[in-house]
Amino acid sequence: MSKVQIINGNETAAMGAKLCRVQVIAAYPITPQSKIPETLIKYVESGELEAEFIRVESEHSALTVCISASTVGARVFTATAANGLAYMHEQLHWAAGARLPIVMALANRGLGAPWTIFNDMQDSISQRDTGWMQVYCRDNQEIMDSIIMAYKICEQLHVPMMVCFDGFVLSHTVMPVEIPDQKQVDAFLPPYVPHLQVDGPDPININPVMLADPRANAQGVSCPSYMGFRMRLQETLESAGDVILNVGREFGEVFGRSYECLLWEYRTEGADTILLTMGSLANEASLAVDALREKGWKAGAVALRVFRPFPAATLRQALSDAKHVVIFDKNISYGNEGATCTETKAALFEGGLRPTITNYIVGLGGKSVVAADLEAATIKAVEQKGQVSTPQWIGVAV
Amino acid sequence: MTTKVMQLPEEEYMLPGTRACSGCGLSLAYRHILKALGEKTILTIPACCLTVLHGLYPSTSVRLTNINTAFATTAASATGIAAGLKALGKTDYTVVGIAGDGGTFDIGIQALSAAAERNTDFLYICYDNEGYMNTGTQRSSATPMGAFTTTTPGTKLEHKKDILAIMEAHGIPYMASASPAYPLDLYDKVVKAKNIQGTRFMHINIPCPPGWGYPTDDLVKLGKLAVDTAMWVLLEIENGVLRLTGRSRSMARSGKKKPVSQYLQLQGRFKHITPEQIDYLQDWTDKRWQRFLQRHELSGTA
Repeated sequence: MSKVQIINGNETAAMGAKLCRVQVIAAYPITPQSKIPETLIKYVESGELEAEFIRVESEHSALTVCISASTVGARVFTATAANGLAYMHEQLHWAAGARLPIVMALANRGLGAPWTIFNDMQDSISQRDTGWMQVYCRDNQEIMDSIIMAYKICEQLHVPMMVCFDGFVLSHTVMPVEIPDQKQVDAFLPPYVPHLQVDGPDPININPVMLADPRANAQGVSCPSYMGFRMRLQETLESAGDVILNVGREFGEVFGRSYECLLWEYRTEGADTILLTMGSLANEASLAVDALREKGWKAGAVALRVFRPFPAATLRQALSDAKHVVIFDKNISYGNEGATCTETKAALFEGGLRPTITNYIVGLGGKSVVAADLEAATIKAVEQKGQVSTPQWIGVAV
Repeated sequence: MTTKVMQLPEEEYMLPGTRACSGCGLSLAYRHILKALGEKTILTIPACCLTVLHGLYPSTSVRLTNINTAFATTAASATGIAAGLKALGKTDYTVVGIAGDGGTFDIGIQALSAAAERNTDFLYICYDNEGYMNTGTQRSSATPMGAFTTTTPGTKLEHKKDILAIMEAHGIPYMASASPAYPLDLYDKVVKAKNIQGTRFMHINIPCPPGWGYPTDDLVKLGKLAVDTAMWVLLEIENGVLRLTGRSRSMARSGKKKPVSQYLQLQGRFKHITPEQIDYLQDWTDKRWQRFLQRHELSGTA
């Protein structure tokens, strides 16, 4: 029997982890996520959640605790933001390379310097090379559902995932969230079986030094090189889309909300102008599309739900009829452009598609960006005929 | 009572064919540490000499499960292992983090301090070869005053960081200092530590031929001189009570101690130490030894 509660993104994330019966939690507080470890410790101390909660001294240690606890077979959870995620960086690479199904809640926040406590996506986007899967949530319901699905996806693929949601915008905003029934979650999530047994009959040396070429073991069997292991991670991610879709469909069958998609489309039928966003900005994009449609534009919105693995083929499909694509990035790869823009261009190139592409950098450091901004930017982009190839910034008038 | 050599378990957990250097103090210490730990042990080792000793994939020379981990993370990795095993109800394992002085005194000290403050239930062993030896002899804060390293070519000017004092400040139940030159004392300490709950810390003197500059067959001779000069002290601190053990205890009784120069002059790394630095080190060692003697007197076991 599920019920609706009015809760913020942080409480939602904590509750999602609780429903998944996580066994080891290590999370260090950082604005705007501090409520996540605080809520989880309340569950643990009240007995609502049977878990080991480690009060680590840093995010680097938080992820390390998750890595080794996951290695020995426990289901783990962590949460962070911004500089905390950056502090974990080497361990993000480690977790993915070690093939561990770690799930992280990420309250998107901008990175110093200078300091900001407010929202943008530079933190998670900067980590897109690490091998972690990334999903971006439009609202708090998606946070809840994405965390539950994450464990099922990760434990099947043996790859970690970060469930990203906009700091303050979602983390601190209360919304109605339907809380899935515990029994249903238990049935949906099988127990975690690690890919290595630390207490098996033979001792193992886990993640040792490897050379560049395959080497034979004592029995003469050729074993993979470092590159061989890394290729396996990529191969898994290349085929992960199907698993993500299947789990999304199954989630819909059990809980009534389907996630059998890698991206969301809003009024894209017959659209020749597409606004592309991720996360909560998708809601504003939908409003902008409504406004543009009122004016007679054939506008539509696409929002990436899954950013890693990058849904190139699906995105090509969604943009195949577009004459103009306006890409709003709450991040920028300095020295080039917004990450979504670069990755979209690459995907379109594969398909021989050449709409005009305009990149806007928006919302850094929590700068408010609303539907009217997106609408105006779209109109401007089409006027420019896509001839401005460098990213344009909205909202920086001094 | 000290275990006799014929009483040591026969089971070998460290096989021939490790990638350690000839005359490596660590391989002698490790063999005895693993005998003391036995079967139900999970190790976690950061990037360091011991990683190399464990071997290159797909072969390993050590017959216990090891979870390799990043350089700064030994104590955090051990914390995660302990937490995971506890959550899974697998309570009959000893969780052991083993790191060098770099991974303990320097890059790993934050995670170690945090784990000790939480009194995490694990054994932490620092094998101290007094420098970043795996990367070619750069200085660490464990490098003694007067030693040459590639990053202190004019000899190190600072004292060795007092890791025992730092760990004592955390109020952990058991700490010990040991040496592979006295392997039975080392073995007994590991056995004792294994059976204590909470954070246990061991600090082991590890002579290193390439890093220290001595003939590879002088490992035990050098290790004994470290103790004979009181530049290394064999001791235990249990719930705040310090007592000397083994050779150091005999020295306390006999009052006999060798001059530090006998230890220093056998090592190439002290080739450029000045007579003034030697005198200073002798004075410093004498005073430090006196403090240990005073605490030892109070232990009631002198």
